[in-house]
Amino acid sequence: MGVGGFFTSKLDEAIGWARKYSIFQYPFVTACCGMEYMATACSHYDIDRFGAGLPRFSPRQADVLFVVGTISHKMAPVLKRIYDQMTEPKWVVAFGVCTCTGGFYDNYATVQGIDTIIPVDIYIPGCPPRPESVIDGLMKLQDKIAAQAQRY
Amino acid sequence: MPILDELRRRFGDAIVETADHRGELTAVVARDALPGVLAHCRDEAALAFDVLMDLTAVDYQKFPGREDGPRFEVVYHLYSIARNHRLRLKVRVDEDDPSVPTAVALWPIANWLEREVWDMFGVRFEGHPDPRRLLLYEEFVGHPLRKDYPINRRQPLIGPAT
Repeated sequence: MGVGGFFTSKLDEAIGWARKYSIFQYPFVTACCGMEYMATACSHYDIDRFGAGLPRFSPRQADVLFVVGTISHKMAPVLKRIYDQMTEPKWVVAFGVCTCTGGFYDNYATVQGIDTIIPVDIYIPGCPPRPESVIDGLMKLQDKIAAQAQRY
Repeated sequence: MPILDELRRRFGDAIVETADHRGELTAVVARDALPGVLAHCRDEAALAFDVLMDLTAVDYQKFPGREDGPRFEVVYHLYSIARNHRLRLKVRVDEDDPSVPTAVALWPIANWLEREVWDMFGVRFEGHPDPRRLLLYEEFVGHPLRKDYPINRRQPLIGPAT
């Protein structure tokens, strides 16, 4: 690795470090998992400690799409459009089993995992997941963001 | 009960069957006579059923003892605010010709209820002004509350509306 490679790798680290502590999430909340999301976001568990304290209610201002709750077939086009509206770089968190696999809704109305519609970075299982699981998933996402090679 | 007696007397053979279970009144009506019976229930002063509480259907395809009979039953729940009494009307519908005359002209709420029954059971309502699906989307294939709809059938994913 030459001198240039050294500098870009160090720049990658610096950008990754900055990005992982300034996560602006878009909470796409459709169901009961939203309660656990709120519990995680509020002062008791306080995701502001991880730099993820400010949800943006416009996908154009958000880095991370939190898909929280069951996604029905009728909601799928909406979710896809929200994802398309987010600017790069962007990440997606599947929050709860319904978004991971469809959960126990093995029926005609429910999307069997949001990864059939959009790419997913982190899966947080649980029905609903406890705030500790959410924070664990958030920290894994931070590791992923920090380790990600940047595109210039 | 006077209500069922009155219906039987007025409509004769069109009232196929009646039941009075602890004051809950049920009458099974022949399909051809349905519009007349519904209109009579709403407009007759002694009945005055001004509210259509619910309109739904039942699929008896795998129901023990009912496998050979007509497959569907469309159920009307009527309520009278003025007289505070209720009546349940049923219409039996065959699988080969699953259609029932609409009740939209009598109770406007029947518009959405009939659309839901079409959506879930595939029973058509003749004369309905807007016979689209209510809850599911246009690309959906089949009617999910029919007993022969596979519980884990996957439907095509729909894309963003263009």
